[in-house]
Amino acid sequence: MSGTNGVTPDVTTETPDVAVVGAGPSGLTAARELAALGLDVLVLDRERQAGGIPRHSDHTGYGLRDLRRVMNGPAYARLLVDRAAEAGARVRTSAMVTGWAGERSLDVTTPEGRIRVDARAVVLATGARERPRTARLVPGDRPPGVMNTGQLQNLVHLHHREVGTRAVIVGAELVSWSAALTLREAGCRTVLMTTAHPHAESYAAFSVPGRAVLRVPVATRTRVVRIVGHHAVEAVEVEDLATGARRTVPCDTVIFTGDWIPDHELARAAGLDLDPGSKGPLVDNALRTSRPGVFAVGNLIHPVDTADIAALDGRHVARHVRDYLAGVLPQGAGIPLRAEAPFTWVSPGLVRPGAGTPPRERILLWSAESRPVARVTVTQDGRRIARRTLPWPVSPGRVFRVPSSMLSAADPRGGPITIALA
Amino acid sequence: MNTRQMRYGPLPVENVDVAVIGGGVVGAAVARALSAYELSVALVEARADVGDGTSKANTAILHTGFDAKPGTLESRLVRRGCELLAGYAAETGIPVERTGAVLVAWTEEELAALPGLAAKAAENGYERCEIVGSEEVYRQVPALAPGALGGLTVPDESIICPWTTTLAFATEALSRGARLLFNTRVEGVENAGGDGGTVLRTSRGTLRAGWVVNAAGLGSDVIDGLFGHRRFTVTPRRGELFVFDKLARPMVNRIVLPVPSSRGKGVLVSPTIYGNVMLGPTAEDRDDRTDTSTSEDGFAFLLEKGRKLMPALLEEEVTASYAGLRAATEHGDYQVFMDAGRRYLVLGGIRSTGLTSAMAVAEHALGLLGEAGLRLDAKATLPAPPRMPNIGEAFPRPYQRADLIAGDPAYGTAVCFCERVTEGEIRDALASPIPPADIDGLRRRTRALMGRCQGFFCGAEVEGRLRAGIARESGENGDTDQTGEAQ
Repeated sequence: MSGTNGVTPDVTTETPDVAVVGAGPSGLTAARELAALGLDVLVLDRERQAGGIPRHSDHTGYGLRDLRRVMNGPAYARLLVDRAAEAGARVRTSAMVTGWAGERSLDVTTPEGRIRVDARAVVLATGARERPRTARLVPGDRPPGVMNTGQLQNLVHLHHREVGTRAVIVGAELVSWSAALTLREAGCRTVLMTTAHPHAESYAAFSVPGRAVLRVPVATRTRVVRIVGHHAVEAVEVEDLATGARRTVPCDTVIFTGDWIPDHELARAAGLDLDPGSKGPLVDNALRTSRPGVFAVGNLIHPVDTADIAALDGRHVARHVRDYLAGVLPQGAGIPLRAEAPFTWVSPGLVRPGAGTPPRERILLWSAESRPVARVTVTQDGRRIARRTLPWPVSPGRVFRVPSSMLSAADPRGGPITIALA
Repeated sequence: MNTRQMRYGPLPVENVDVAVIGGGVVGAAVARALSAYELSVALVEARADVGDGTSKANTAILHTGFDAKPGTLESRLVRRGCELLAGYAAETGIPVERTGAVLVAWTEEELAALPGLAAKAAENGYERCEIVGSEEVYRQVPALAPGALGGLTVPDESIICPWTTTLAFATEALSRGARLLFNTRVEGVENAGGDGGTVLRTSRGTLRAGWVVNAAGLGSDVIDGLFGHRRFTVTPRRGELFVFDKLARPMVNRIVLPVPSSRGKGVLVSPTIYGNVMLGPTAEDRDDRTDTSTSEDGFAFLLEKGRKLMPALLEEEVTASYAGLRAATEHGDYQVFMDAGRRYLVLGGIRSTGLTSAMAVAEHALGLLGEAGLRLDAKATLPAPPRMPNIGEAFPRPYQRADLIAGDPAYGTAVCFCERVTEGEIRDALASPIPPADIDGLRRRTRALMGRCQGFFCGAEVEGRLRAGIARESGENGDTDQTGEAQ
């Protein structure tokens, strides 16, 4: 398997205090904060330009919670890069981390050669991606014209290329509406959005005016069961989940949106403990993983939340990395944090007493179903330690937040804590 | 010939000594073998690239031939072909890994069948099979589901890159002077074996050939019909496969084969040369020779089989699913017939073993053509065999090689991150003697876009480079008309 085998020996070695893998919002913000603490920080990103996903998300809304101002994705990406550099972090692009050479040591391929980065601490900020059609096991023909939102936005915003004229979007959540906007900008009409859920999900900013402006029909309780077309997409077959009835929807483009999976290859290669729900590395309230000195932030650990929330992980992790390097980060076993269905994951997955609150004093959860009223209970060792009805609904396709104060009555020597909906 | 003439416009040649119909692995091997002699050779392919039909979608195993039907032509050619291809792969850099295989018995019936299989292997000239107990089976494949009763090991079964193999044969044929004629569908045959040569009416014009070799795979019975024969019928047998994420690879270090039994044919689990794990294939007779779509039933079958064989595998993501059509006939063996009168040779009914046997089939074909009167004078000198880019995982790839990167930073610039394909490799493929015609062709030459993200990160970038490469090629040939078609 790919890894360190066959690496030729003449590599140069870098020895920063902290290596940050991934120059998206979380990695860049972590780098800025760490550099501001006086640490030598090296950010590695495999893309030719730093900034991550916002580089090709050409809509506004970025920066709200972390920078207290709102701007579009590319401007936000540029600003985060500049701020990291101003603070003294080195941001190296076209630098692909290909594996681990040691506990906190990375093998990197760059145009200037192979590099070994021996860091004292590593922050993984590799983000998440949408599951492609193949991983969703949608059969049929395999023509071009089937892609994720990521590729679509890359094509349209960074490469200025055309897509088709009639698109079907699989999914009806925030990112799906973002795809619809990009398609419209590229002159492609969205003829249908399909979702297995009973309602289209999205932020208010998109749902009412978005639907009105885009005029996209949404087929709820449906799924795409086949793609048709030898050399180009001709149609998709859509099944009504309630009746089993199928119909053919002519189109030339299919966008698979949402259904996030963290880009966790490095976490897996290191053998870090994983969260079985999110498939990202398991972290505690200090965002440390199961390997000492290796931390994880952003959508790698909560696939996916908005960019500003990812960025604030970066701010949060900095002081814990500093404490680790100073040898004063509290040790001791963590209490597993679990979530009951309809939740599919909870982040962080461990609560370590003495390590402070999680980022923004929030526990993040992902739900497979919607609940208009969120009656949240927290239990430990058969004892209910908190119950609250939160003023925001539970919706699939977006993160549900629970104040970490609901865990404050937990017994630090007790068993796993469970979050559930009553 | 320039690369544009390979694919577009009127045929760059009117007369050849030998036309080989079909640019799959067998046709490419035959064209390579023939072009070592003082002959003009054309490889005539209906699609835009070599290896774009059945040859691109098989299980990619270099077979020892241990389980062939003894005494058949297939048995003999697989065994010989395995030997020839192993040598050729070492010479040209075709990725091969000798992983070995184990047939796993799940029932008493299957267990009882193992000695017979070992005896059959010996009859086929393969002596290294060994019957092992369940403990050894689990030692070799710890991730296997519980319930295995025993197994038969085949230590020399190997995995190989089918794409590089076909491309290497065609590249060498080209370097030896053969013409590659793509987008050239044979639609009619006249004057077979007559004076002035057989007339092939094609989608790009008329080609006259002194001799014709039919290696048309799924279309071989149709071409055979154009020569007036009704000897076999090809029934496309669809095989659907799942390719699992590379993170599954540590689970499967050798090929896990089913024991053929009354329960019907099972599926295999195999590592791939690219570092993934493959599960499949299904087997379903079809009518449509072009329908390589995957199906809900096929997926359900694979998931069920996978769950029984190796449940942990299904925890990993599926990176790719595809379907291939095997050129199955009603006969149990290869359909090879020489028609000396019409100066026509058919190489039909060559199923998935054709990847292994191709070089031996070519050797056999040359013998038959020679006996039938084709004059074979070896060329005095031949160019060195091509050195193919390594797209396998058994040897260091460019991104791992500090020496290569030092000489050319493009080998240190990753473009496709999941598969770690560099700018240098994509550039080389676009500038290679047989450049890709489309994104799938680039994928087969470099692995770009075949990874877990399926283009989320690099799809736009890779496609942009392909377009630029194709446009450059057309521009260099001074033909602006072509740009439109290429784009």
